[in-house]
Amino acid sequence: MGKNSAEHAEHADDRDPVITMRDVTKTYQMGAMQVHALRGVSLEIAAGEYVAIVGASGSGKSTLMNIIGLLDWPTSGAYAINGVEVARLSKNRLADLRNREIGFVFQRFHLLPRTTARRQVELPLFYAGVPDRTARRRALDALAQVGLGERVDHRPDELSGGQQQRVAIARALVTQPSILLADEPTGALDSQTGKEVMALFHELNEQGITLIVVTHDLGIASQAQRIITLRDGEIISDAPAARQTSPFLSASTNGQGARPAIPAQEVLA
Amino acid sequence: MKVFRYLAVSVDSIFAHKLRAALTMLGIIIGIAAVLVTVGIGSGAAASITERIESSGTNLLTISAGASRGLSSTSSLTLADADLLADATLFPDIVAVAPQYSSSATVIFGSSEGSYTVVGTTANYATVRNLTVAGGAFLSDAQVAESESVAVIGDTVASDLFGADDPVGQTVRVDDTLFTVIGVLEASGGSGFGSSDSQIYVPLGSAQGRLFNAGRSNGSYAVSSISVQGAGSAVLDALQVQIEQILRLRHRLAAADENDFMIQNQADMLQIASDVSGTLTALLGSIGAVSLIVGGIGIMNIMLVSVTERTSEIGLRRALGAHDGDILLQFLVEALVLCALGGVVGIGLSFAIAQGLALLPAMSYRIVIEPWAVALALAVSTASGFIFGLYPAMRATKLDPIEALRFE
Ligand SMILES: Nc1ncnc2c1ncn2[C@@H]1O[C@H](COP(=O)(O)OP(=O)(O)OP(=O)(O)O)[C@@H](O)[C@H]1O
Ligand SMILES: [Mg+2]
Repeated sequence: MGKNSAEHAEHADDRDPVITMRDVTKTYQMGAMQVHALRGVSLEIAAGEYVAIVGASGSGKSTLMNIIGLLDWPTSGAYAINGVEVARLSKNRLADLRNREIGFVFQRFHLLPRTTARRQVELPLFYAGVPDRTARRRALDALAQVGLGERVDHRPDELSGGQQQRVAIARALVTQPSILLADEPTGALDSQTGKEVMALFHELNEQGITLIVVTHDLGIASQAQRIITLRDGEIISDAPAARQTSPFLSASTNGQGARPAIPAQEVLA
Repeated sequence: MKVFRYLAVSVDSIFAHKLRAALTMLGIIIGIAAVLVTVGIGSGAAASITERIESSGTNLLTISAGASRGLSSTSSLTLADADLLADATLFPDIVAVAPQYSSSATVIFGSSEGSYTVVGTTANYATVRNLTVAGGAFLSDAQVAESESVAVIGDTVASDLFGADDPVGQTVRVDDTLFTVIGVLEASGGSGFGSSDSQIYVPLGSAQGRLFNAGRSNGSYAVSSISVQGAGSAVLDALQVQIEQILRLRHRLAAADENDFMIQNQADMLQIASDVSGTLTALLGSIGAVSLIVGGIGIMNIMLVSVTERTSEIGLRRALGAHDGDILLQFLVEALVLCALGGVVGIGLSFAIAQGLALLPAMSYRIVIEPWAVALALAVSTASGFIFGLYPAMRATKLDPIEALRFE
């Protein structure tokens, strides 16, 4: 494992690291019992990389993503984003970093109910203090970029699952963050819609955004440049996707995800 | 200002939960309406009493014979007393003096008759008592000097005896004496005993001599009361003391004797009336205020529920970069908007209730909802939004983004 990381570090040398983690642990206290969700994770992710994080359920993928996304804090260890050590930052400064540097895409979309797509996408700009007119224009641009230029006044219950996830992606993109985090972004979508969403991600990555995706889907993981595999809160493999050294991947039989695909509610138009 | 941008957010969220918002506002609506209507009833009562006191003249002192009000031949107050008060060199602060001799009499016109208070007085009584003539004229100085058989009748007397006909120029019989009606007074609005509407005015001498055969004291005709108009409300108290002293001297009262007359000071009456109605208003208002507090607690309750219910929304907003202050403001502004909206609806409701109550025949006066009460109601409802919205809003800021996002 250590060897894999070293190899990768070499590969990323020419680019600035956006994410640096050293011996990060996360321990949850469940009454008298301690749950070690992460046990000493070290990694470096360079600008513009496309990384997939895989691993069995409960292996700590979401915990790691939440720490990367500044939604959660390590129990111990060091974490720096764009060279800034986050442990020293105030709550509001962290909020600013989430606002400007990070875009989130969640498995269950997390859109506001009864709110139009345009309003959803304007939200991060509202918190960034962008004037209304500019925010409106940028929100419409972002929605057009994800192919929803015609659906800006629709509410979540008037959109298909794929369209809802596109709204969420537009919302993640609208502040032009340097990192896009997606925790099982296709988990609630049928495979065709999932492919379309991943194609969109791919395109965004090619335009330069650093992309980190947690997934159970081998097809998706193999599109990444690099696959990090977790088991019981530790990185057991970190290698370019082409080498297919992830034990998690080889454990699966075919190209399908480790979990049964969630049936599609609606098909993307 | 960022606060104004939250208005849109909170209005959105209020409209997203219309029923809940309406139920939340109900407490404030009822509270505000209760306060305004109860205070309005108090103000209305005060205004009606004040109006009635003031309609009987301005800066008025009324001296009445104490022992036996006018009817007795041993009445203590005399025309000489009135003449003395009218002496401008002695009492420069007295503008006018109108003595009265009144008693009740049967008044007949044609086949109609009724029993009314007949007031014998002088020409300046109309100005001293703020009477307005609707038709014809009030008693003139000449008519009073000659004790002519002329009468001015109140509005109720006119309609009782003459119906829709014009009484001016007609002759009425007052206890066997004939009087020519020379004027009709405008309705004063006051009701009951002592209102000018149900009185009939004749020259002082006519009442004392021809009608009632008034007694004499020290060679001067008795009067039942004397109305004194002061130069201003500020001099009334001093005048009252002066008049009291002079009358005690004239009536030869020893230091231990009680006054054989009574002086009513209009300023005192107004003061008492406003004290009483102020207490009444405060009492009624505080009952209403209790319902406002109950309404405010309702707001807090619903806001707390709303914070819990929207945990994941709060988490999402935090993930997208909301500061503590943003979350605080969002919920605070929402509570403020709810309360202010409730206040506005409550104000509207209170006016509707006031209108409705005014239609009741039992309601003898208007409910007066004054601008200051409306402004206060708005301020109080907004303040209660702030007070009762602050705690839930602070609770919302305490939520960790990750806890909030996981909540489903
Ligand atoms: N708030 C929490 N309190 C206690 N334990 C937690 C908490 N969050 C996560 N855990 C535990 O930490 C471990 C890692 O959880 P995590 O959600 O990161 O797994 P995951 O890899 O994302 O799994 P999945 O694929 O099912 O989403 C699990 O054992 C989980 O039970
Ligand atoms: Mg997970």
